[in-house]
Amino acid sequence: MLRRLAWSAVLLVLVSLLTFVVFYVLPSTDPALLRVGRQASPEQIAEVRANLGLDKPFYEQFWIYAKGVVTELDLGYSYYAEVPVREEILARLPASISVALGAFVLWMAIALPVGIITALRPRSKTDRAVTGTTLFFMSAPTYWLGLVVLFLFASDIGRFPIIGGSGIYVPFRDDPRQWFEALIWPWIVLALAFAGLYARMIGENLREAMGQDFVRTARAKGIGERRVVMQHGLRAALTPIVTLAALDLGILLGGTILVETVFNIPGVGRYAVEAIQNGDLPAIQGTVLFGAIFIILAILVADILYAVLDPRVRY
Amino acid sequence: MALLEIRDLRVSFRTREGVIPALNGMTLSLDRGVTLGLVGESGSGKTVTALTVLGLTRSPTTEIAGEILLDGVDLLRLSDADLRGVRGRRIAMVFQDPLSSLHPMRRVGWQIVEAIQAHERVGNRAARRRAVELLRSVGIPGPEERVDAYPHELSGGMRQRVMIAMALAFDPDLLIADEPTSALDVTVQSQILELLAQLQEEHGMALLLVSHDLGVIAEQADEVAVMYAGRIVEHGPGVRCIGSPLHPYTRGLLESIPHVDGPRSERLTPIPGAPPSPVALPAGCAFHPRCVLARASCRIEVPELTAVEPGHRIACPVVAADVSLVTSAS
Repeated sequence: MLRRLAWSAVLLVLVSLLTFVVFYVLPSTDPALLRVGRQASPEQIAEVRANLGLDKPFYEQFWIYAKGVVTELDLGYSYYAEVPVREEILARLPASISVALGAFVLWMAIALPVGIITALRPRSKTDRAVTGTTLFFMSAPTYWLGLVVLFLFASDIGRFPIIGGSGIYVPFRDDPRQWFEALIWPWIVLALAFAGLYARMIGENLREAMGQDFVRTARAKGIGERRVVMQHGLRAALTPIVTLAALDLGILLGGTILVETVFNIPGVGRYAVEAIQNGDLPAIQGTVLFGAIFIILAILVADILYAVLDPRVRY
Repeated sequence: MALLEIRDLRVSFRTREGVIPALNGMTLSLDRGVTLGLVGESGSGKTVTALTVLGLTRSPTTEIAGEILLDGVDLLRLSDADLRGVRGRRIAMVFQDPLSSLHPMRRVGWQIVEAIQAHERVGNRAARRRAVELLRSVGIPGPEERVDAYPHELSGGMRQRVMIAMALAFDPDLLIADEPTSALDVTVQSQILELLAQLQEEHGMALLLVSHDLGVIAEQADEVAVMYAGRIVEHGPGVRCIGSPLHPYTRGLLESIPHVDGPRSERLTPIPGAPPSPVALPAGCAFHPRCVLARASCRIEVPELTAVEPGHRIACPVVAADVSLVTSAS
């Protein structure tokens, strides 16, 4: 376990180093130029450079940044807004978590029953329909699907206005109803992308589990078929799914860039996009690091869950 | 009336490659309290017989015909719900590989409790106490602790004892043991067989012992039934079937086994040829291409089981005619 934690730390350093390299070494916008305004004199630019620490050599900048992160959990100041990046991210986190958790609940609520049905009736019409729909939604990019949904159903611009829309997100505490309306379409769009995939994985795992010897034993005991499926088949089939789901949820918690952008939700994902557009390096660094931490945490959680769920696994 | 009576049982599986017959008119009867050893090569239909008695081969892709009478009630005609009432209560089963047959992620106590609660409204605590007692009755040391173990934490022999404990939860009339020792270490095999024999005596249940191991059968079985290509070819008292077998196939089987006390230089006599493919069974007697006694009629007529002496029946008219000649002459 200690070794895993050490590796996680190494991984985080590598991720931030890589982001650093990508935005410093490779040609991109000069943050100083973006900051000084039009028609600035070379002296002004140089001054801004010095203020931001951009005149220091690359490794020194990285060292200062890394030290700040480790010692004070400081992600630096945003070039653009001149506020601490950490606060900016934390302020946007609830929105991202709302998007991710809601979508997660929805896609599992779809995938579980559909997966079970396809497993118990292989090659049936339901099975075929699910396979086809799955393929469609898996191939449809979320930004495209998101725009289609807005175009069709958003209550402000939609052809058949039903509910919700873009850019109406408010925190849950302010107005739960509007919070829900703002999120329902993002949830559906995200859930559709994952639900099909999960339904298929659950279906395949369950089908395999139902052919196992222990399922035959369960039937030989004289218990009902429903219980055989739920208590014996699913118990074995869902264990690997849980770890996958933890991973996917971790990735989404770090910010859903496309969905947040399409639906104009002020989350971490959209913050990352803005940061890139503004050449706001500390903000880019911060969001990347943040996402990486979520993913690494998710991997840890997934491993722990697996050990809890499968008594044969020990660390 | 016999406890279990299988009449002209035919089972075939529809697959993408075509219909594969597994049982082709299997007939067998088993009395209360008797141990019947069912022997045969792999693929002869032993396991399919065992599973079909419990209704475990039921599926949209399986064709089942014939009768399986338990105390006169045809199990094949029972609804799924009624059949569930029989499973685990009147007929219980112990499988070949206890490791794969137990749920790997459930404690053994949970699995036994489930078997109890399947047929009886018992509280969790009471059911657990019964599970501990069942584990004790099959000779598991420290049952109070073992009840909370996972299958992988137990040895192979202990796992099979757990399976047996589970099967005995309701004092079944019939216990089917399908190769119960084949997946176990040799040293453990005899312990499990002894346990089965002892429990059978205590509970007075019938035991259908499926095995390809003639040694196991010879030691345990009151009666022996020999299967070949989905049919019974010889059925009689253990001493007769193993000691002086009549059907050419049974004889061939016994001659192909080395004897510890026999002369060392003696060569084993294998049965010529190979078992037939189930999709291309020879016409008439399925054994005729490999049989030294085969006549022209064997290629045409499917032999019926006929009694050659009290309680001893064979499906071979050639031998049966010989035997009746001998008996009528004496």
